[in-house]
Amino acid sequence: MINRKISLNKGTYKQPNIFGYYGNFGGAYIPEMLHRNVEELKDRYIDIMYEESFQKEFHALLKDYVGRPSPLYLTERLSAQYKTKIFLKREDLNHTGAHKINNAIGQVLLAQRLGKKRIIAETGAGQHGVATATVCALKGIECVVYMGVKDIERQAPNVARMKMLGATVVPAMSGSQTLKDATNEAIRDWINNPVDTHYVIGSVVGPHPYPDMVARFQSVISEEMKSQLKEQTGNELPTKIIACVGGGSNAAGAFYHFLDDLNVELIAVEAAGLGVDTGHSAATTKLGKPGVLHGSKSLVMQTEDGQVVEPHSISAGLDYPGIGPLHAHLFESGRAKFLSATDDEAVQAAFELTKLEGIIPALESAHALAALKQIHFKQNDVTVLCLSGRGDKDLSTYMKRME
Amino acid sequence: MSRIKNLFERKSARVLNVYCTAGYPELDSTLQVMKSLQQNGADIIELGMPYSDPLADGPVIQASGGKALANGMTIAKLFEQLKNFRNEINVAVVLMGYMNPILQYGFENFCRDASTVGIDGLILPDLPEHEFETEYGSIIKKYGLDFIFLVTPETSEARVIKLDSLSTGFLYAVSSSSITGKDKDFSGVETYLQRLQNMRLKNPILVGFGIKDKHTFESACKYANGAIIGTAFIKALENRSDIEEATKQFFESILK
Repeated sequence: MINRKISLNKGTYKQPNIFGYYGNFGGAYIPEMLHRNVEELKDRYIDIMYEESFQKEFHALLKDYVGRPSPLYLTERLSAQYKTKIFLKREDLNHTGAHKINNAIGQVLLAQRLGKKRIIAETGAGQHGVATATVCALKGIECVVYMGVKDIERQAPNVARMKMLGATVVPAMSGSQTLKDATNEAIRDWINNPVDTHYVIGSVVGPHPYPDMVARFQSVISEEMKSQLKEQTGNELPTKIIACVGGGSNAAGAFYHFLDDLNVELIAVEAAGLGVDTGHSAATTKLGKPGVLHGSKSLVMQTEDGQVVEPHSISAGLDYPGIGPLHAHLFESGRAKFLSATDDEAVQAAFELTKLEGIIPALESAHALAALKQIHFKQNDVTVLCLSGRGDKDLSTYMKRME
Repeated sequence: MSRIKNLFERKSARVLNVYCTAGYPELDSTLQVMKSLQQNGADIIELGMPYSDPLADGPVIQASGGKALANGMTIAKLFEQLKNFRNEINVAVVLMGYMNPILQYGFENFCRDASTVGIDGLILPDLPEHEFETEYGSIIKKYGLDFIFLVTPETSEARVIKLDSLSTGFLYAVSSSSITGKDKDFSGVETYLQRLQNMRLKNPILVGFGIKDKHTFESACKYANGAIIGTAFIKALENRSDIEEATKQFFESILK
């Protein structure tokens, strides 16, 4: 059952308190110019999300347009390799190729009910931008996607997809010209268009209520996992869940309905880049300190003087200097275990899955796969790994590694 | 009495607050810029502390902050530069900046050091009123600093009253819901300023965002106690080696 209530005091793992805090992290650190928009969203998102007509339309689209439920697939050769039972939650089979579409549909439907006429989004690798542009095409709504100049160069196929879908892709030229700056530019657009525009944030980051709202939209992942596990193993609870974390939306979705089942081990895998201590990494829980970025208090990678630094990961989707406040809380409280995988380990893991199971994973998901080598499994453990996206977009990277 | 309060007791109209970025155009030009602002008639100096991700600022101010950071500006360096500034500068000075660098410096350390060097108040656009009330406001008060909240045309009347009650020094009326430095038609703004005027708030009101020349300054002064200019001044400093001359010309374009 989905809990509609927002707690007045401390907040639980599953949901923040009324001020948007998960433990010490969250809140809404926004300039007054954003207050009305964020307040409107905060006042209405729960009511709108759980309206019958919304739920009906949301679930119909997830089923017939996205192709949900996504399969829970028990691997044979991968399981044998690690001498345990490993299920893959196949978000890679969703329309547009990743879990991002779950949230994009939810937020665009919500924006329509708020009477918004225009959608804006930020994107790094382009997966969230493509998902948002897709839903906007479906609904005939204007869509503007902010993307760092450097990412536009690196991710040409996704830029082309967004344009073909009718979205305007605006290059973010400020700062370091990547995802963090695309997010800044999208927020500035929202400040300048306070009445008719909804900002679809792609991860469990941003000011309250975004982290909670995005987690709720992505929670369909763990909701399905529960019933699929029950059907396939007789027990709805797995031993372990593994997911990669950049901002943390697929992990939030995969963990959500298990957060209060304390026997289920939650494992989040960050991108170590060239190595945690090399200065070219995106492992926020290892390198970050408490701070404020993009409207919430969380762990942030920054200099001693509090300037946000540019992270590095081979995977553009994990290349973010922060982490959602829910995850910062899971880290601080010890509820989830945080591991990290380097660029090389992720690429190797992608090749391993391809060879053993005939599935080419996204580089992001490959980080979760790389963590299998770091985990001690018992033979009877039931592990679910969230395969958040497929690897088509990463082929040029993989091809370079084959040479 | 606080320096800002004192200012508004002496002068309740056409108060001019000019924004400059610490460490811009050169790392060591902060004091020089402040001195020439005072010389040319600024009533308040709003000194911006550069940040990598300044959400409420437009491209011009962000670029000046980027330059300042590249020059090596930090909060610690700024306080070093400001150590003896009260020997030469007696106009009110408020620091404007974002929460993250301040949290790293230590919020209480920051307030203590700001107060010690002679800063009068703070404008922190991403410090929300809930956190102000529960955590940070008491620290700001403890060190005798004024705190200035922003209001916009979208801010409800009840909220304006709330933010006014929490503010000391003055209230910052954002002329429209937008980032700094954006061109806009100023005509719609007058209704909003009139509305604020009619609310008889406890604080004086300074209008910011979109004030860039004599015309917009005069419009703002019609319904408020004065105005804040940022982007237009940063632009005036761009590519100029002679800060005094650039500042003088800028003030002529606004006041004459």
